[in-house]
Amino acid sequence: MPIPMTSNQVLNREFFEIRAKILQLAASFDRLNRADGSVDGDPRLSLVHEALAVLASTQEDRAEQIQLLFSRQYEDDWREKFDLASTE
Amino acid sequence: MYYIDPHIHMVSRTTDDYETLAKMGCVALSEPAFWAGFDRGSAESFRDYFRQLTEVEPKRAAQYGIQHFTWLCINAKEAENVTLSREVIALIPDFLDCPNVLGIGEIGLNKNTKNEATIFAEHLELAVKYEQQILIHTPHLEDKYQGTRMILDMLCDDSRIDRSRVLVDHVEEHTVRHVLEEGFWAGMTLYPVTKCTPQRACDIIEMYGPERLMANSAGDWGPSKPTAIPDLILEMRRRGHPESLIRKVVYENAIEFFSQSQGFNFKAPDANETAASS
Ligand SMILES: [Zn+2]
Repeated sequence: MPIPMTSNQVLNREFFEIRAKILQLAASFDRLNRADGSVDGDPRLSLVHEALAVLASTQEDRAEQIQLLFSRQYEDDWREKFDLASTE
Repeated sequence: MYYIDPHIHMVSRTTDDYETLAKMGCVALSEPAFWAGFDRGSAESFRDYFRQLTEVEPKRAAQYGIQHFTWLCINAKEAENVTLSREVIALIPDFLDCPNVLGIGEIGLNKNTKNEATIFAEHLELAVKYEQQILIHTPHLEDKYQGTRMILDMLCDDSRIDRSRVLVDHVEEHTVRHVLEEGFWAGMTLYPVTKCTPQRACDIIEMYGPERLMANSAGDWGPSKPTAIPDLILEMRRRGHPESLIRKVVYENAIEFFSQSQGFNFKAPDANETAASS
């Protein structure tokens, strides 16, 4: 189903919103830097940097990819690990 | 525009919220049983909760012309206590014939543990035995993807489950396709910070189409917005979507899905006028 707006209309409507959200992020990173201590080794920060790379890419499913990045892995043998029988 | 909120926890909301919902066009809602914000001490506590859901809330809603429907279960968080869960499951059949009960829910997973999966499977047995519809909670944040896939594994392995009678809730960009492709209904929860925004929900409707897709507020005792569906209606209008599409997502889809339950004796507010004019 198409979005009933042109890309120009979307940009007109959302430009200031995008700008504001980027500024929020920039200020968050500045705040992290200004605060005492270091979170350099924190795995959450690496995830954030990976997410920023997805954001800056041109792929079409960036929201989905970022969701997956922040998700625990699914393994299809989870029932064997839990020792739970499948109903089949 | 009339709308139905298919997932909202009114026991946690004030009577003023009922009034606001009514003013915004809400004509019916469905309230799944959930976690109260603390672990309850005994099964009797759940019996009282089920009385609240089947006796008290329908009356509170009716004062504002809202029809109240409900779902019964022990939620995924308290399902970690297997003994308590089995006691609660045993008392659910006493309530299944109450006039506003739509089925078993919101069952699901929380931290994707073995105990949660065990109790989820036992709820499925209950639903199959009593031919009930099922409403499913999927986990939050980093647990959502894994938990949703585990839930789909359990549902899809059981050939007795009629997929068109199951609603999988709290879907987002990374889980909605799996749910819809397997033939289930999907619900998007419009919830600040941890779930979907009206804008992203509108994106998902555009990407996947309106079939078997609904939106809800999941308003509860936490930071949530019971009037989130009107926000989605506004977003869809601002983008230029037709009223017929909006109405399908926020009203007609809920009627189509819930109508598979015996307990859904819904009377559309405009039913008499439609009958008179046709
Ligand atoms: Zn809920």
